[in-house]
Amino acid sequence: MTDELDRLKSALHSATPGTDPAAKARAMAAARENFEKIQGTMPNARPKPDRPHKAGGLWTGAKDMIGSIGLRPVLYATSSIVVAGLVVVTVTPFEFSRPPEMRQTTSSTDALTAPDARARLAKPEEARIERKAIAADAEAESVSPTSKSKRDADEAFAKSAPLPQVTGQVRSLMDGADVAARPEQSAAPMASAEMAPPINIPANGIIRSVPAPDADPIRLAEPQPGDRFTGFEENAVKSVADTPVSTFSVDIDTASYAYVRRSLLNGRIPPADAVRIEEMINYFPYDYAAPDLSDTPFSTSVSVLQTPWNPDTKLVHIGIQGAKPATETRPPLNLVFLIDTSGSMQSPDKLPLLKQSFRLLLNSLRPDDQVAIVAYAGSAGTVLKPTAASERNQILDSLKRLNAGGSTAGQAGLQQAYALAEDMAEDDRIGRVILATDGDFNIGISDPERLKSFIEDKRDSGVYLSVLGFGDGNYRDDMMQTLAQNGNGTAAYIDTLAEAQKVLVDQVSGALFPIADDVKIQVEFNPSQIAEYRLIGYETRALNREDFNNDKVDAGEIGAGHTVTALYEVTPVGSPALRNDPLRYAGEAATVVVNDSPEYGYLKLRYKDPGAARSKLIDTPIQPQRADATVEASFAASIAGFGQLLTGATYLMDWGWDEAIALAQSAKGADPFGYRAEAIRLMQLAKSVE
Amino acid sequence: MKLALSGDGDAFGALLSRHYDLIFRLGFRFLGSRAEAEDLAQDICVSLTAKLRGYRGDARFTTWLYRVAVNAAKDRLRKRKTRQSAAEGWADLEQMNRHADAQAAAEQRWLQQAMRSLPPDLHQTVALILGENVTHKQAADVLGISEGTVSWRMSEVKKHLRTLAETEERYP
Repeated sequence: MTDELDRLKSALHSATPGTDPAAKARAMAAARENFEKIQGTMPNARPKPDRPHKAGGLWTGAKDMIGSIGLRPVLYATSSIVVAGLVVVTVTPFEFSRPPEMRQTTSSTDALTAPDARARLAKPEEARIERKAIAADAEAESVSPTSKSKRDADEAFAKSAPLPQVTGQVRSLMDGADVAARPEQSAAPMASAEMAPPINIPANGIIRSVPAPDADPIRLAEPQPGDRFTGFEENAVKSVADTPVSTFSVDIDTASYAYVRRSLLNGRIPPADAVRIEEMINYFPYDYAAPDLSDTPFSTSVSVLQTPWNPDTKLVHIGIQGAKPATETRPPLNLVFLIDTSGSMQSPDKLPLLKQSFRLLLNSLRPDDQVAIVAYAGSAGTVLKPTAASERNQILDSLKRLNAGGSTAGQAGLQQAYALAEDMAEDDRIGRVILATDGDFNIGISDPERLKSFIEDKRDSGVYLSVLGFGDGNYRDDMMQTLAQNGNGTAAYIDTLAEAQKVLVDQVSGALFPIADDVKIQVEFNPSQIAEYRLIGYETRALNREDFNNDKVDAGEIGAGHTVTALYEVTPVGSPALRNDPLRYAGEAATVVVNDSPEYGYLKLRYKDPGAARSKLIDTPIQPQRADATVEASFAASIAGFGQLLTGATYLMDWGWDEAIALAQSAKGADPFGYRAEAIRLMQLAKSVE
Repeated sequence: MKLALSGDGDAFGALLSRHYDLIFRLGFRFLGSRAEAEDLAQDICVSLTAKLRGYRGDARFTTWLYRVAVNAAKDRLRKRKTRQSAAEGWADLEQMNRHADAQAAAEQRWLQQAMRSLPPDLHQTVALILGENVTHKQAADVLGISEGTVSWRMSEVKKHLRTLAETEERYP
């Protein structure tokens, strides 16, 4: 008799009209008016860039309707937990020039400890700087007449030569008060700072501050209504009796982690759709056993550990370590930089940061690598014909000439970049298009589905694709993912020069030199041991069971030295943590046990050698282990917990931030680059923001 | 969320923008009219500022929002009654989207008939269970009734639909 309900349901769904944007804007304007009446605050109390032409900017539209004041450009630098302090910074510019006003801000600054400093500085004509410091993090944001810069100085990047050497010291004098300082001069147009957007103080280990215990969480975040993410449902617990086999594609993207970091540093919990747990886990390098250099390009390790958040389940940890061929012996690269120079790329955290990122990359190329540049805005054009990487100045000159303006003809750009890459193709060279954009394709293909089919066509040409995302506000994560996942590529989100360093330089061989294509993982669980399982993350990477053996179905790539980690939470047979009751009628038939093997399941892995058409198979049983969890697996578990805490924590019971932080701390390991320490700080921040 | 609570207008705006569709959708399914649903959604948005302060974070935000919407819809129906209007949700013979497809149009007429045969309490239950796909437990939470009552209401819905089907057979 449920037919009627189904009919009612579908009729109800099809009858429900879509939202009328005008009605929505009306409602929101009315709500906003009331909100301000109640709050007694002025609109635009805090600086906020206007993005009137952006599709997603409903709020901006609503604001326009009630006639809010336009924004005067201000220089605006912030940091988080408020600490009164003395800032003593020495700046030694190296290679880049720096705009004068930023030198001002980081030079010796007297602290204003008055709580009303904010009010005094609120005049829009005045540049204003507030310093807050989150533990060892600092963030600077500046808005100037032509552009807006936002830099998270949340990673140490002192080790790279071309970066400006900045050292600073912040000593806490007093908790709980704003440190506000005013530069002598107001912000100069950023246009003059061609290759040098302001770089704020790289904080790690340099700026020391003590967070006030009950300090107000950061209050600078502006929502980014234009950022778009593809929605997905969190993987549910599956019954082994119903679906014993789980199949997915590897994912070595890291974009989600960087986006999450940026949101948290801005005092915002990221939208759940922006949190892809597998990308957060895979952001971190793990020290898995290296493959023996015989025939397989990567090693696979499987371990079982106790689930941190549930005493009655186990975590199956799958770690893949790609081989690390030496840079000197890798095949030469053909790189086509496809650079978005549309108007939306103007802010210093986009095009200027992008140029700097590419400079970094250039430093780590070999002389026999080739570089070409295609820029696209209203139209696409080749800026630099294929040029040997040794012609450094020529390449840098072309980069320098790029300017942002116009709309975004993404499709034309892609076509031209692929055409160029195909022209450059030669035996034994690896072709790759590196797309750098904020993802705002508003001319040509702007529908992710059509873009997908375009990219799929191009994939067969053997050219790889890297997608680098910049900026926020109209960051089109859905576009980026579509491109990377379907174009044999990777996606990374670059918010700081330090992140560019990590993505482009530290992993240059990995990102640019694939060692295995179409890597798919399939796990068959043993119903005599495991009753239920749940794959943590990889929602957007799920494959059908039959796709595993189908070499035509695309999957993720693994680059040299990459690690890939996947976690299953499994519930052993008879565990009190079971979520599904046994079936009353089908029960007997379905649970006939054909073996009494103690194995939890069987792991199969398929991959293709780069460029090969046929896949190879690796398989290994998943054994229940008594050994203690490795540090690496425990850290991955803590990040899985981190991601789940950000997305609803459906399965975490009463395991919370404190436990996640403790676990990550215990599993920090050597952490030579400080990535894990940063994650712990983000968890602490998330705890205080939530 | 925290930001919106602490008086950040932009955060509040983003929160609303994210949830407006849900509010409107619910409103439409409670009331069966686009205009009514838009008015209801606007009322909810405006009142949300004050209401947000009552959000303790003990329920999921969407659950809480469902609750706010259900109560607002009830208020609205009550007001309509006192205005001596006989209308009781889904009762106005408003033209639905005219579908070119005859079958879809028939289906919409059926929906309207079906919903009109149900009292408003059941509209809310249907909107949550069938429209939003929430569990009986969650719907019980939202409506402030027991889980058993939700299940009973759904069986009532089935009963009404069956009666409707029989009537249709008898008087085609």
